[in-house]
Amino acid sequence: MKAKLKGAQTGHSLLKRKSEALTKRFRVIVQKIDEAKKKMGKIMQTASFSLAEVNYITGDISYQVQENAKNAQLRVRTKQENVSGVMLPAFENYMEGGNAFELTGLGRGGQQVQKCKETYIKAVETLVELASLQTAFVILDEVIKVTNRRVNAIEHVIIPKIENTIKYIISELDEQDREEFFRLKKVQANKKKTQAASDKEKADLDVSDQDGIGKTVDILRVADDEDIIF
Amino acid sequence: MAIQQKDRNFLAVIGDEDSVTGLLLAGIGHVNSQQKKNFLVVDAKTPLSKIEETFLEFTKRKDIAIILINQHLADLIRPLVDDYDQAYPTVLEIPSKDHPYDPEKDSVLKRVQRIFGE
Repeated sequence: MKAKLKGAQTGHSLLKRKSEALTKRFRVIVQKIDEAKKKMGKIMQTASFSLAEVNYITGDISYQVQENAKNAQLRVRTKQENVSGVMLPAFENYMEGGNAFELTGLGRGGQQVQKCKETYIKAVETLVELASLQTAFVILDEVIKVTNRRVNAIEHVIIPKIENTIKYIISELDEQDREEFFRLKKVQANKKKTQAASDKEKADLDVSDQDGIGKTVDILRVADDEDIIF
Repeated sequence: MAIQQKDRNFLAVIGDEDSVTGLLLAGIGHVNSQQKKNFLVVDAKTPLSKIEETFLEFTKRKDIAIILINQHLADLIRPLVDDYDQAYPTVLEIPSKDHPYDPEKDSVLKRVQRIFGE
């Protein structure tokens, strides 16, 4: 039982440390999200502006672009990072396949189109970064909640329970101890009483011996007397 | 969960014409074998139910890692976006050309503030 209590306490301190580590990480991520969101605002603005430039020079390319989208060139893959046993994802973008819009703006404004494309790729990179932060945020939030719940459960339910059990066992043992002691005392008192009685008997016998001086004492009868146990 | 994440390598986008065009130009557009697009252009004529439907479809698809949605569109389906608390795919609200970005409305930032504002 003591070992159990010890185990619970160790688990509690470990979990507490885990939750602290996670919270620390969490705060860093929140700060990063805040920054990234602001950065995203600026970058998206630049990107929109460059698209407006394209529209001005090339004319409306949106229809063409939408129809041309067949296979994703820019994709993301997930990496994992381990923070105190929690898997945090980190998205990473990569290019795959050729440029699908090589011919867009061939007539005029091709340079602007390519520039706009680059701007948007940069914007997407920022967005991907932000997305991975956000995912990490959501997961961490969940994990921290669970960990805190566990810490509290151990602190407020499991440890008191074990402590109560231990207290009960100790009090019960004490009770037993007292009973045992009382019994011993009782036994001793009894013994004393019997001894006193036998002593008195012996004394009586002596007195009667002194009285009957003239009488012949039957030795065999004396031997018949009860044994005196000291 | 690790296996599940491996297949997620597309970005999806719900947005106005300009946002979608720009992002597609960057090369995120994809049409899969069922002829399903991973982007939705929303204009003034697009019904609300269509946006909701698409959003739900994107969140259920197994190959999408990140959903980008214009903030003013996210506002239209705000209850859906706020209710969505899965880690994958990640829903990211982005500003659009006509609507400047408002950090107050972002569902994630709201959660951030709720945690630290207590």
